[in-house]
Amino acid sequence: MSEPMVRSELVCKNFGALRVLKGISLTVDRGEVMCLVGPSGSGKSTFLRCINHLEQVTAGRLWVDGELIGYHERGGKLHEMPAKDAARQRRDIGMVFQKFNLFPHLTALENITEAPIRVKKQKKAAAVDRARELLAQVGLSEKAKAYPAQLSGGQQQRVAIARALAMDPKLMLFDEPTSALDPELVGEVLDVMKELARGGMTMIVVTHEMGFAREVADSLVFMDGGVVVESGKPREVLSNPQHERTKTFLSKVL
Amino acid sequence: MAVSHPGAGSEAGTPPEPGAGPGVEAAAPELIQAVPLRRPGRWIAAVLVVVLLFLFIYGAATNPAYDWSAFGHYLFDKRVSKAAGVTLSLTVLAMFGGIILGVVLAVMRLSPNPVLKWVSFGWLWFFRGTPIYVQLVFWGLVVVIYKQIDLGIPFVHQFAHISTQNLLTVYWLAVIGLALNESAYMAEIVRAGLTSVDEGQDEAARALGMSWGQTMRRIVLPQAMRVIIPPTGNELISMLKTTSLVTAVPLTTELYSRTRDLSVETFNPIPMLLVASAWYLFFTSVLMTGQFYLERYFARGASRKMSGRQLQALADAQATGNQRGLI
Repeated sequence: MSEPMVRSELVCKNFGALRVLKGISLTVDRGEVMCLVGPSGSGKSTFLRCINHLEQVTAGRLWVDGELIGYHERGGKLHEMPAKDAARQRRDIGMVFQKFNLFPHLTALENITEAPIRVKKQKKAAAVDRARELLAQVGLSEKAKAYPAQLSGGQQQRVAIARALAMDPKLMLFDEPTSALDPELVGEVLDVMKELARGGMTMIVVTHEMGFAREVADSLVFMDGGVVVESGKPREVLSNPQHERTKTFLSKVL
Repeated sequence: MAVSHPGAGSEAGTPPEPGAGPGVEAAAPELIQAVPLRRPGRWIAAVLVVVLLFLFIYGAATNPAYDWSAFGHYLFDKRVSKAAGVTLSLTVLAMFGGIILGVVLAVMRLSPNPVLKWVSFGWLWFFRGTPIYVQLVFWGLVVVIYKQIDLGIPFVHQFAHISTQNLLTVYWLAVIGLALNESAYMAEIVRAGLTSVDEGQDEAARALGMSWGQTMRRIVLPQAMRVIIPPTGNELISMLKTTSLVTAVPLTTELYSRTRDLSVETFNPIPMLLVASAWYLFFTSVLMTGQFYLERYFARGASRKMSGRQLQALADAQATGNQRGLI
């Protein structure tokens, strides 16, 4: 078996005295789509942010594509990673935020080309061509020159997905990508994500969209109180939850 | 549910007219043409202000103390315009230094390094807490306090000695004095700007693999500029006028000191004060215009409202779309 895309071993995260993650162990294979569900405050988003080192892991180990995240291991000791190396690791991991976080002073096109030009040192013309392709892929060709404030929430989130894809990531992280959207706009974002999943992208999605999980995900992980309570095939977990906490949660959201 | 559609008439019990169901626009009602309210208070206030203004202008024009002919004579005097040039160069150099130092101090203040943080705070505390006039007098005395600058290894060996008297003219002492004082105010303005940018912006940039420097230059600072520019414009205009205090250093070639010195020729300081004021107002007006354009540039993307060019592009797209539909 080849190395999984993400391997997490007993990952813990403390904020001061507060223990948010209490030992998360899981693996995500290449091309797998994993949905993380659970009540708010259960640590889903924190775990996601640990994967691209926006949060520093307190204990345990996390590997992406076989590479330890956030630390260098030398002579049996962990050394904090210089900012430059952390930036290089993040480059290959796309992230989509609940609140989009598009750059408001740049147009949709400039939002997408910014990182390829500055970080990957691509030629501007090449980056623009690629950005136009990506805008077409998310169905927003005609919005290239619009500023984020002139786009609807769903359109902004689709631009944000295109922005992440422009770095040709090997892994995409979605942090409640549809939670800030009006109900009628959720579908257009989920459609783009389904298309991505069909294209073989490895994805970890924190979501409350159980329909999406059932239809698209290969695996479903239910978290509560900083631990993984239950995981498995989405259909099985959703229709036949084994744990009391999973049952209670699902009865509220389904 | 009680939903009434214009023209549907079902609420009133009358049968709806054919073709006037939901979704059909009713004929627009007549525009309101009401008799406007009388506002005598407004008229009285306006007339009163205009009369007072006229009396003031008439008084100023006919009062010999203003000596308008001397004003006209000295307004474009070579010596005055040259002094105005000194004032302008002092303003620009001091502001430039103040902004650069201010950005450095703001970044130091926000840094996780406690030493940098506290040094920045201490700097601010001192330069904001003492009067600029006192600071300028101090800078004038600096060449007495520090007679020479020694280059080398402290306490061990010095290989060069530079006399401060030769290095620092009064002009540069004035620039330094103004710039250091300004840096304390600019640091607070820049800090307010940086902290006004949403944390998510920094996270999104880092998630894309951008370095700290790239994130600052390309993402955070351009957005902070919207908050930074208006108070900085204030500071610039304020600096223009503060240069009149450098007589404390003492530098006397700038606008205010020079016009004051020239009043020995007119035996009347009043027209010379007016000459100086006219030049200050001229520069202020130019700076305000510059600020307007700068603010417009950094406001891009801040509003949902589209620019004329964007609206035109959309209209063009609509037109070609329609054409395609026709063919």
